[in-house]
Amino acid sequence: MLRKIAKARVWVAAAAALTILFAFPAQAAAMHIMEGMLPTKWCIFWAALYIPFFARGIYVISKKCAGDGHMKLLLAMSAAYCFILSALKLPSVTGSSSHPTGTGLGAVLFGPSAMSVLGLIVLAFQALLLAHGGLSTLGANAISMAVVGPFAGYGVYLLLGRMNVKKSICVFAAAFTADLVTYVVTSFQLGLAFQTAEMGLAATTVKFLGVFAVTQIPLAIAEGLLTVVIFNTLKLLSPAERSLA
Amino acid sequence: MIRKHIITSLILIGLVILISTIPLFLIQDSEFGGTDGVADELIQTIDASYTPWAESLWEPPGGETESLLFCLQAVIGSAVLFGGIGYMVGSRSWEKKQGNAGD
Repeated sequence: MLRKIAKARVWVAAAAALTILFAFPAQAAAMHIMEGMLPTKWCIFWAALYIPFFARGIYVISKKCAGDGHMKLLLAMSAAYCFILSALKLPSVTGSSSHPTGTGLGAVLFGPSAMSVLGLIVLAFQALLLAHGGLSTLGANAISMAVVGPFAGYGVYLLLGRMNVKKSICVFAAAFTADLVTYVVTSFQLGLAFQTAEMGLAATTVKFLGVFAVTQIPLAIAEGLLTVVIFNTLKLLSPAERSLA
Repeated sequence: MIRKHIITSLILIGLVILISTIPLFLIQDSEFGGTDGVADELIQTIDASYTPWAESLWEPPGGETESLLFCLQAVIGSAVLFGGIGYMVGSRSWEKKQGNAGD
């Protein structure tokens, strides 16, 4: 009996989740914050917050890769993976397109700090050449995609690893989390900057979540699956004495 | 082991393709616009007085150039990622050969 109720609950939850997914028809765009769309003080705030993570990332990378050709290759490949995934704008069930972030792979292989640097390279490329994201919002976008996303993904990876969950599932969960959390943070950043007297932080954040995060859910699942494929390939090919954690 | 890995990979990649094509059939009356404009519009509805204070230094003149640059981004990424995988495959089989020759 209890089991039946539990089962019913799962179905209700799934139905609710689907309803939410389809309740936002034809809402476009789930990407980075555009140039000039964040008030100046917030641009400065997020940029200042990002700088220490960047410095730590440089330190971690130089330590992990010092004189180690194999690690350097893996690092370049992690950055390349980010490049590929953030160029692919995929259609989503909300009737709009968005792109995955690809930061989960590098976070799992090198730890989240390394991604703080690699993520910035991708963001700068898109801001300078594609008018996608922006230089004024670079700090805010770096905090979401290159810091909080990878840290959240890595946290989930460690947690599941400690619970003896299968490696592939840990990697999937890490990539899924890193992707989705990136856009949750983006929504929070916009909600924080544009909260008004009548609409509090929670209300504005939820509005932006409707635009950014919902579109991202299926894409995050796709990114998770793809990251498992790449991770397992790298694991299979890495020399035995350098087996990936 | 390699055969199993390839089969699993193909299944997973198939799932990825499925996830990203289902919306195209499910939702017929959408262009799947990827404009970040909806967030901008939302900002305007929340705070009508807000005016963007910065503009992109340079913008692609049109959709074609933009897709070229996005393509280029994916190409650079693919070159490094799959070049790396190729290098790893090559050095593995070379090591194996060396090992056999030493026996």
